[in-house]
Amino acid sequence: MTGATVELVGVTKSFGQHQALGGIDLTIAPGEFIALLGPSGCGKTTALRALSGLERIDTGRIVIDGDDVAEVPTNRRDIGMVFQSYSLFPHLTAIENVEFGLRMRQVEKTERRLRAAEALDMVGLDKHAQRFAHQLSGGQQQRVALARALVTRPRVLLLDEPLSALDAKVRVSLRDQIRRIQTDLGITTLFVTHDQEEALAVADRVAVMREGRIEQIGTPEQLYVTPSTPFVADFVGLSNRVPAQLADGRVSVGGAVVDQLGERMPDGPVTALVRPEDIAFDAAGVPAVVVASSFLGSLRRTQVRLDDGLLLAVQHDVSDRHETGDPVFVRLKGAAVSVTPR
Amino acid sequence: MSALVRIGAEPGAVTRVVILSVVGVVFALPILALIEFTFRAGLTGEHTLEHWTGLFSEDAARTYRGLFQAIGNSLVLAAVTVVIVLVILLPTMILVHLRFPRLRRVLEFICIVPITVPAIVLVVGLAPVYSVVVKVLGGSTWTLAFAYGITVLPYAYRAIQANLDAVDLLTLSEAARSLSAGWVRVLLHVLLPNLRRGVLAASFISVAVVLGEFTIASILNRRNLQTALLQVSQSDPWVAAIFALLALLLAFILLLSIGRLGRDRKTS
Repeated sequence: MTGATVELVGVTKSFGQHQALGGIDLTIAPGEFIALLGPSGCGKTTALRALSGLERIDTGRIVIDGDDVAEVPTNRRDIGMVFQSYSLFPHLTAIENVEFGLRMRQVEKTERRLRAAEALDMVGLDKHAQRFAHQLSGGQQQRVALARALVTRPRVLLLDEPLSALDAKVRVSLRDQIRRIQTDLGITTLFVTHDQEEALAVADRVAVMREGRIEQIGTPEQLYVTPSTPFVADFVGLSNRVPAQLADGRVSVGGAVVDQLGERMPDGPVTALVRPEDIAFDAAGVPAVVVASSFLGSLRRTQVRLDDGLLLAVQHDVSDRHETGDPVFVRLKGAAVSVTPR
Repeated sequence: MSALVRIGAEPGAVTRVVILSVVGVVFALPILALIEFTFRAGLTGEHTLEHWTGLFSEDAARTYRGLFQAIGNSLVLAAVTVVIVLVILLPTMILVHLRFPRLRRVLEFICIVPITVPAIVLVVGLAPVYSVVVKVLGGSTWTLAFAYGITVLPYAYRAIQANLDAVDLLTLSEAARSLSAGWVRVLLHVLLPNLRRGVLAASFISVAVVLGEFTIASILNRRNLQTALLQVSQSDPWVAAIFALLALLLAFILLLSIGRLGRDRKTS
């Protein structure tokens, strides 16, 4: 299975007065895994549905492997899709569900049974082939849905928040499984999610969307370390909002002077977006009092209050424990920060 | 009082038995009386099988030819009415559900209205329409199915809508389309199998309503089971009662069939 090149060129879509997509431009390379990330209502699902053909676009082009498919109906676009809500056909068994797409394509019975069995085996559900949807857990249903979407060897795989209805552990496990299968098959994949951790963990590139437009697209590292807009800095990862002064591209914040990330802004008072891991406990820093501390497994996040009342989240080593009320000193490590006008 | 009775609480076992018994008696008493009546020998108070065996005599076919013809008419009417429901109402409801959900309230209103209109009023309104129908399609009894299609709307609508509400048809149809199924295949392979229970319920309820309809057929001078029963009852009330019982039995069988045929493969 080889992936296709997908291009969305100037795609717009409105629902009445509401513009859901305000001119989306996105190119996905063959075999690439792109995540569309953004808050509710930002247009990410509309973009995916436009690509699938389930939503007609107002203007623009949708190109798959050089063919403009904007006017092609969903059933002729050669896509595979996994939905947010469980979408297995309740009247069919797991294997019959997986066979469905092959049946629609008139694949001969013996071959389709064989391919469906292989697909179920790929998602580790070969033992559940004869079960109906209601006899499967949520995670198993989504795995069958994944097998069903992949068995026809589509040119593009579309995943519309397929993990959002699952519990945390199953979510991580299925997320990893999706990525592994996608890499093995080399299928071009568009994954919609509002969960930044999910997007950063699985995607080759992440497109952050806001109000119907792509705010920034880049690798997870690029988005996290060098966000191009304050929205991206705020939305991707956790940020402390700290009053600061901007002068000549340098930001004076919390007693330190650091570089500004992103587009240059006019000098003056700004709000700096400082990552919790860019703050450290250090006797040379400013005084603060510990408000709360959370154990996060491999690391710890402690909330401190500065003398002026500002609350800061500090991410640090799990062995470095602080009790509520402890006096501490914090300082910025010196990493560049994004700023937004104050 | 040691414990307060909670409103909406499930009734206890004894209460349930009492309620079911009372309801059962209310329903069973007239039927049992009807059965008993079919075995009566005139006004003597004695019982006989004569009325039942008489139906299978050589003369019966001739004597009750009109009645048998009326039964045939009613069965044809039931079949055509079901076809009207399946061909017009079902696709409309699916279309509104999937593509025009804002029209749902309008459709519901239209479908429920017939239940609020007395049959006699409906007939007065339909009479001029039927004068045209007779000119175009002739005066055959089956044309009554157009009127019956309207009278069964509320029942058929409710049965199908309950099923539509229980299944996420939108996601299922989108999933099927993403798997290369065109709309006809979506309908045949995904929607209808998942609406089977509602479609069967609507069909059988329509049949039951048609078999029990009297007013429209009588006023529009058509011969169906009910009008024929009335006619027969003038000369032979026992035979009328026997056929009424058989019609009731058929309705029971149809209703039981809903449960049997509508049972999903996954629950059987």
